[in-house]
Amino acid sequence: MYVLVGVDGTDASLTALEQALERAREAGDDLTVAVLVDADAAGDSLASTVRSTVDDSSVDASVTDVNGTPASSLVELADREGYDRLVIAGGRRSPLGKINLDSFTEFVLLNATTSVTLIR
Amino acid sequence: MTGRAYPDEAAADFEAPPSSFEDQEGRQIDLAVATGADYEDLVEMYQAFDPEDRAQGVPPVRDEAIRDWIETLLSDECVNVVARDGAVVVGHATLVPDTPPTEDDGGDYELAIFVQHEYQGAGIGTALLKALLGRGQDEDVEKVWLTVERWNEPALALYRSVGFVTANAETFEMEMAIRLH
Repeated sequence: MYVLVGVDGTDASLTALEQALERAREAGDDLTVAVLVDADAAGDSLASTVRSTVDDSSVDASVTDVNGTPASSLVELADREGYDRLVIAGGRRSPLGKINLDSFTEFVLLNATTSVTLIR
Repeated sequence: MTGRAYPDEAAADFEAPPSSFEDQEGRQIDLAVATGADYEDLVEMYQAFDPEDRAQGVPPVRDEAIRDWIETLLSDECVNVVARDGAVVVGHATLVPDTPPTEDDGGDYELAIFVQHEYQGAGIGTALLKALLGRGQDEDVEKVWLTVERWNEPALALYRSVGFVTANAETFEMEMAIRLH
């Protein structure tokens, strides 16, 4: 399967990346990692974190920087390049453990024509 | 969470537990502050919890996850009140600190409330919620917030009835807030 995983630098998005790599290793997915550059307050550090995570995984995934508004840029890339599946983090946990979907998740779910997988 | 707006005015005083009342089904319900001694009774309540009444991933489903979750909620910095019918816990409400209190600020606490399915619609939620807020006032909790699914009208009505107002309508789930002091 041709899979795109979006990483914005939150812990949950890095977990989503780990799981997408794990699945790619088992299922032989053709995986692309979209680094959502504008969501990364720390600048280049996210891109290098992602690259070293991918290198450590021994999965042959490609890494691409995505500029612009994270949610819309990610959806546009997924739809334009004909990915089979878009993978993102599945919300944040509140202090007492409730799952909350942020505006990024909501935008992707409502606007993508690619099927979306939320990682918990 | 950003952009949460608390009301300027503090809510009325709520009566802190312990207290007892007769619910709308004629059952005697006792409200009390929960302590570590209530741990197993709470585990039992959540093991029996109707999956249909879960919201936003809580309560957890697996036994181990239920136990971890309750352990977190019963820690010293949280505020907990239980409703019992005899020995059985039939409702539980909790405040969990988001930003901890400081000298100048009573901190932000997230609220959640759960009532066993067969005890819903009998006034227990309202009594439990008021008792929790009363206990919170006693503990100098200043600000309380919660998230609720927008379609959950009974829950929205309950929160509004005790003084919660919409704090952020731009989030996926409705965010509501109340000021206690």
